[in-house]
Amino acid sequence: MLLRLHEVTKTYPDTEAAVLREVSFTLAGGEMLALTGESGSGKSTLLHLIGGLDTADSGTLAIDGTDLSALDDAGRAALRRGTVGVIFQQFNLIPSLNVAANIAFQARLAGRHDPARDRALTDRLGLNDHLHKYPEQLSGGQQQRVAIARTLAAQPKLVLADEPTGNLDEATADTVLSVLTELVGETGAGLILVTHSERLAARLPRRLHLRAGRLT
Amino acid sequence: MTGAILSALASHWWRNPLQLFTLLAGLALATALWSGVQAINAEARSSYDAAAATLGEGQFAQITARDGGPIAHERYIALRRAGWAVSPVIEGRLGRVRLIGLEPLTAPGDLGPVNPEGGADLGAFLAGSGQIFARTETLAQLSDIGVQGVASPDVAPNTALTDIGVAQRLLGRAGQIDRLIVAPDQPLTRPPLAEVAPDLNLSTAQDVSDVARLTDSFHLNLTAFGLLSFAVGLFIVHGAIGLAFEQRRAMVRTLRALGAPLGRLIALMAVELAVLALVAGGIGVALGYAIAAALLPDVAATLRGLYGADVSGQLTLRPVWWLSGLAIALGGTAVAASGALLSLARMPLLSGAHPRAWSMARRQGGQAVLAAALLTLSAVLAIRGQGLVAGFVMLGALLIGGALALPPLLALILSRAEGLARSPVAQWFWADTRQQVPGLSLALMALMLAMAANVGVSTMVSSFRLTFTGFLDQRLASELYVTAEDAGQAAAIIAVAGEHADAILPILSAEREVAGQPAQIFGARDHATYRDNWQFLRAAPDVWDRLARGEGVLINEQMYRRGGLDLGAVIALGPDVTLPVLGIHGDYGNPIGQVIVTEARFRDLFPDVSARQFGLRTDPAEVPALRARLRGEAGVAEGAMIDQSAIKAASLAVFERTFAVTTALNILTLAVAGFAILMSLLTLAAMRVPQLAPVWALGLTRRRLASLDLVRAVVLAALTGALALPLGLGLAWALLAVVNVEAFGWRLPMYLFPLDYLRLGVLALLAAALAALWPAWRLSRMPPAQLLGVFRHER
Repeated sequence: MLLRLHEVTKTYPDTEAAVLREVSFTLAGGEMLALTGESGSGKSTLLHLIGGLDTADSGTLAIDGTDLSALDDAGRAALRRGTVGVIFQQFNLIPSLNVAANIAFQARLAGRHDPARDRALTDRLGLNDHLHKYPEQLSGGQQQRVAIARTLAAQPKLVLADEPTGNLDEATADTVLSVLTELVGETGAGLILVTHSERLAARLPRRLHLRAGRLT
Repeated sequence: MTGAILSALASHWWRNPLQLFTLLAGLALATALWSGVQAINAEARSSYDAAAATLGEGQFAQITARDGGPIAHERYIALRRAGWAVSPVIEGRLGRVRLIGLEPLTAPGDLGPVNPEGGADLGAFLAGSGQIFARTETLAQLSDIGVQGVASPDVAPNTALTDIGVAQRLLGRAGQIDRLIVAPDQPLTRPPLAEVAPDLNLSTAQDVSDVARLTDSFHLNLTAFGLLSFAVGLFIVHGAIGLAFEQRRAMVRTLRALGAPLGRLIALMAVELAVLALVAGGIGVALGYAIAAALLPDVAATLRGLYGADVSGQLTLRPVWWLSGLAIALGGTAVAASGALLSLARMPLLSGAHPRAWSMARRQGGQAVLAAALLTLSAVLAIRGQGLVAGFVMLGALLIGGALALPPLLALILSRAEGLARSPVAQWFWADTRQQVPGLSLALMALMLAMAANVGVSTMVSSFRLTFTGFLDQRLASELYVTAEDAGQAAAIIAVAGEHADAILPILSAEREVAGQPAQIFGARDHATYRDNWQFLRAAPDVWDRLARGEGVLINEQMYRRGGLDLGAVIALGPDVTLPVLGIHGDYGNPIGQVIVTEARFRDLFPDVSARQFGLRTDPAEVPALRARLRGEAGVAEGAMIDQSAIKAASLAVFERTFAVTTALNILTLAVAGFAILMSLLTLAAMRVPQLAPVWALGLTRRRLASLDLVRAVVLAALTGALALPLGLGLAWALLAVVNVEAFGWRLPMYLFPLDYLRLGVLALLAAALAALWPAWRLSRMPPAQLLGVFRHER
């Protein structure tokens, strides 16, 4: 099993109620699921815990057999480099690097940079004309495609996408999601897509819904 | 992975060259100011050392001719035959170079570079046309004299040493000797000098540290200025690093989110900063060298004129100096960056990505408390502290406390102004200005320190000049000062002067321990010269009348401070002589205590002491004639008569040089602070767009916004200047009344120079306006699309 969560709970110091309450589910390699829920239901928090960006208060969370609660900061950083790829809603590109350098960046961090794979990805994502541009010179849709290419170039086992189409219009969102699912499907990685959109969630084979921190 | 992280970090600088320039320039200027002042100090000190080592000035007793002329060679031979261990010296000028001829076989071992015991090539020194030892730059001036030059960096500046025979030939003074150096170890059986050579005079060795002690005052001031400059520089570096780090917070978060380990990220950023610090430090050392080289001729002239210390007008690049410059750059960067790196290390991965108004992190409340604590510490040390270290800690606490108090005070003032504003634009202007304070605070603190340093140092130097001029008027009131060789000549002087001078003021002096301290006791004649010219730091009513009646004594400030002898305190001068203190006078530069009694009282106390020195009052125009009579009729040597007007003129000229140095440093510091404002404004310009765009959208033109930005800079500079004035005056007070007293035992009165402060204020406003001009111009030309982009990026 690629991902296993068992009764994961998370509370923030400034909130009385838990943001996540005893969340449990599993995800197999190559499986794709949509995670939906109202604002404040805990979707992003759950994604951050899985991505090793934050730590759970209780419960167990294992990726590819590794228990995240046993990892220190450096261990979680290694997990983010090598196993998990996160696509952020705000893209989080490095503004001082051009498109080509941004795409290669995470793969270089992970020590598995393959220029041929970068070229294949930029072909598929229609970024070949923008390789020497900087993020500020791109539209939102283009920036999100760069972010997807950056994540997939590092060949993660699990892709986490936090509302990757949240800042895009409907048509662009559809295109971006199609490319994302297609490319993830080709790599055999797992995908968890956080989204508000029922329409987009319906395009993935499996769906989980969070309400007030609990899976329903 | 390291390569990927480094490329991302470096890419930031490629894309933001202005930020890189700000950082490098801030570091370089801070290093330059510090190392420039240190270079001047080091060069001057090394020159004294070289002078002491090569010339033996003050180290050895000397024999000279009573008439001030040359000593005949036969006299030297006679002295040697009588057992006197003396060595001949001739001295003269070859162009601008001071040429000294020594006799290496008889010269004391510590003298000059040609020491036979040290293995020098004595044969070459003595043989043929001989050798001449000097610094390289001095040798360059002696290229055509036909003597082999030997570069010797240890020789004093503008001085060349050679064998006495060579020197006599070069100076065209064959067989002549100017003075004889007396070796420290002399045979006990040698006959008295008066027996062997009655026409020669023996003067004893002086305390070698005299020059160093006198010049220490000047160097302490320069060191204080160096510290101030470094503090200004440190604020600039702190600001530059803080802003650079702030703008990279989002990138750091992204790097971490993508898996870059925090430890390695921080380590690589520290390495990156160290490399930048070394590059900037190198540039700063070079700049400091240029500053020092430009100022050193003035400093050299000042020290030469003021204290007679010969300092090289040229700078030597000493390893210790440039290494310490680089160390300061690295250390300053480490101090300035530690907070920023710590803040990044503590930054939560899931928050803090957006650039905050960076300095918001420096909570103004905490800053105000720290400022108050430092100012309190400074006040406590000013009242109760003792020692030079306490003085410098007080100075540091005052400056840092004052600087830290600036942002909270500005926020308070601007908040009041906002409350008083009526029009919406004025209200926005004040509110927006207040919002800019955190981002500009470090640059404004640098400006404040620069202005305070200006006010403080200018006040100190000007006060020093006024006081010293007054002191010269007081101490050199007589037109001519004459020293007699013996009682017979003293009587002759009195006879000549009685006929041709308006008044004779005998200077009676004796040394005795008073109140547990070594002191000089002077007997002063009751005369208008003293009554009209002397000024007291403290005095009882009718001080001169009471002194004339023998009812008390006058003491100098050193005696008052060290002995705790205030007015009315009783001093024992003899077994049955106890007198109260009637007045305390300034006695600048004198290391020991001084007590003045009436002439009659002095003669009672010291019946065996007769006056050998006299102040003669006469019409200044008659001074040359009087000198001639004293020389002709009383046999007074030319060197035993001092014309006070020449001394005063020389001293005042020296002060003008001192001013040239401090004015140059003042302007430089102010320019650096202005540069810091410019860099802060340029760095903040990008952050400002989201704040300005809504106001622009609501109807204010870009031109109006730009002019308001310009006004804002001037307003902030004006407020900073107003707050810097009391800090600068506090600084001057601390230097004059605390540090100087602790270091030298005398306190300088403090005078105020409002016009100078006003001129400084105008200069600071000009610097701020110039700094704001470019950012304002860029704002006025900003494409509307860039302002609209703010709304496009809003989500």
